[in-house]
Amino acid sequence: MFVAWRDLRFAKGRFVLMGTVIVLITVLVGLLSGLTAGLGQQNISAITGLRADKIAFGAPADGQERSFSDSSVSERQWRQWARTPGVKQAEPLGITTTRAESGKRSAAISAFGIRSGSGLGPEDTRVAAGSVVLSQTAAEELGDAKSGSRVTIAGRHLSVAAVAGDAFYSHTPVIWTSLADWQQLGGGGGAGQGPSTGDGERAGGDRATVIALSTGSGSAGTAEVSGTDTELGTETVSRDDALSAIGSYTSENGSLQLMRGFLFVISALVIGAFFTVWTIQRSADVAVLKALGASTPYLLRDALGQAVVLLTLGTATGTGIASGVGALVSGTVPFVLDAGTVLLPAAVLIVLGAAGAALAIRRITAVDPLTALGSAR
Amino acid sequence: MNLPTVVSTTTTPSSKPLQLSDVTLTYPDGDTRLTALDSVSLEVPKGTVTALVGPSGSGKSSLLAVAATLISPERGTVVIDGRDTTGLSRRELTEVRRHKVGMVFQQPNLLPSLTALEQLQVMAHLDGRSAKAAKGRAEELLDAVGLSEQARRRPHQLSGGQRQRINIARALMNEPTVLLVDEPTSALDHERGAAVVALLTELTHKRATATLLVTHDRAQLTAVDQIAEVYDGRLRRPTTATAR
Repeated sequence: MFVAWRDLRFAKGRFVLMGTVIVLITVLVGLLSGLTAGLGQQNISAITGLRADKIAFGAPADGQERSFSDSSVSERQWRQWARTPGVKQAEPLGITTTRAESGKRSAAISAFGIRSGSGLGPEDTRVAAGSVVLSQTAAEELGDAKSGSRVTIAGRHLSVAAVAGDAFYSHTPVIWTSLADWQQLGGGGGAGQGPSTGDGERAGGDRATVIALSTGSGSAGTAEVSGTDTELGTETVSRDDALSAIGSYTSENGSLQLMRGFLFVISALVIGAFFTVWTIQRSADVAVLKALGASTPYLLRDALGQAVVLLTLGTATGTGIASGVGALVSGTVPFVLDAGTVLLPAAVLIVLGAAGAALAIRRITAVDPLTALGSAR
Repeated sequence: MNLPTVVSTTTTPSSKPLQLSDVTLTYPDGDTRLTALDSVSLEVPKGTVTALVGPSGSGKSSLLAVAATLISPERGTVVIDGRDTTGLSRRELTEVRRHKVGMVFQQPNLLPSLTALEQLQVMAHLDGRSAKAAKGRAEELLDAVGLSEQARRRPHQLSGGQRQRINIARALMNEPTVLLVDEPTSALDHERGAAVVALLTELTHKRATATLLVTHDRAQLTAVDQIAEVYDGRLRRPTTATAR
């Protein structure tokens, strides 16, 4: 990189300009990544935090996508699942989005109905009938409700047993109630008023939204799961695949990831365009160096090294700025600052940018050293 | 004085580092082909400057390009320091240029981002050697062309004559056995041109290179050892400079 380093210092203006563009794109990608992860967490953390590896939904009607909001399962189904070979635990889980009130404060919350001792709630808490466990954010939004406080959810008065964990579902903080209380909140749809389950039953007081299954790795085979699904009228997917059943998450995450993907592509194209122009500008220098005995691999290494230095410096600066801004705003907006949102996008930017630059500088191979004879510089 | 003559195959590499034998080169010209070099044979002895003169389009630059291994002739051989370059791969030809051939371009063709000293150091770096370790030789060559004081200057801070001197020093950096010089005085006034040719002759004698100098400036020919004239792609019988 003998010539490349000196070019970087000599043509400061051009490289600073390009570096600034890389910094700005990196800041944008970094902020978008942190925000995407933050918004994602506010959508799914209550599901990804479940102590279960599979989720069984009530089978959707023909032509419908599986969805947490439409799913309904019966007691018969979760008891049957619990008896399926390879299934260690099958726990009903009711999910309803509603409003909670405490004093003069009210907040939109997601009520998770669970059985006591199911392990689906926060650790070291037990959800008894008539009580509720609030997540940290739910407690804050309800005026710093604490253990012993009274909250009203869908007209039912419940006492706060504990404040624990910080789970979100569909952008609302989660509270955990007993399954029986959840069914009384209307989550079970009320006797005879819930959606059809496909097995002739109507959603009612013995119902839940989904069944959280713990199978352990490989203990319940695909064929067994499929067979039980067919027999019970359920549709079972892995916990990660179940996230696509949260409508707000799918549309929001899809849009944000698309924007991020476009930014990656744009960065590669911008860097490729810059190095195309730069390579054309210095093709006379390249011809001279070739005529003097520089090998093509030497010149390619030199040019690619220059691109990687520029990319690394620009991306590092941009990542630093994005991290700083992210740390500042993370208290007020959902923003995740970790290796996945900071280092991974930076690495992708460098790799894609280097690929764009590599495509641009490949024209070095076509420069004819003969043009150095008689060329005026 | 040595004469550049029709090549004898018995010539030893050490005494005649550049040997062109029966070289023919044609270019496409519409539906036909234009003969740029027609069975040209030339030897340039060690420690001498051979001037190549002729009118525009006579084939001087083509001959230089063939000698520099930048173009492969259709027929004939080019032997550099005893190695026949016919049929060598592109990589091997690059190595020959790097180790055996020094090029002085018509325009200095200096790299704008490098200082005078670095223009020379880069030659060592191209060869996989440390530029730092080559600093001593680069300084010695800058001193030889009278530019020690300008070592830290970039091309735009130097005069045309100074740039051309660096061009010459750069060509000598990897201790070539053959020095190919393309119209080095074309952008200089007579006085500076004469100084550049005198410097080339001095360095050729001192460093024992076989120097082939393409020039259109016949006023500079008194400084060279022998003269070869190209006309319509053919080499006329060369003469010594003093015979003119």
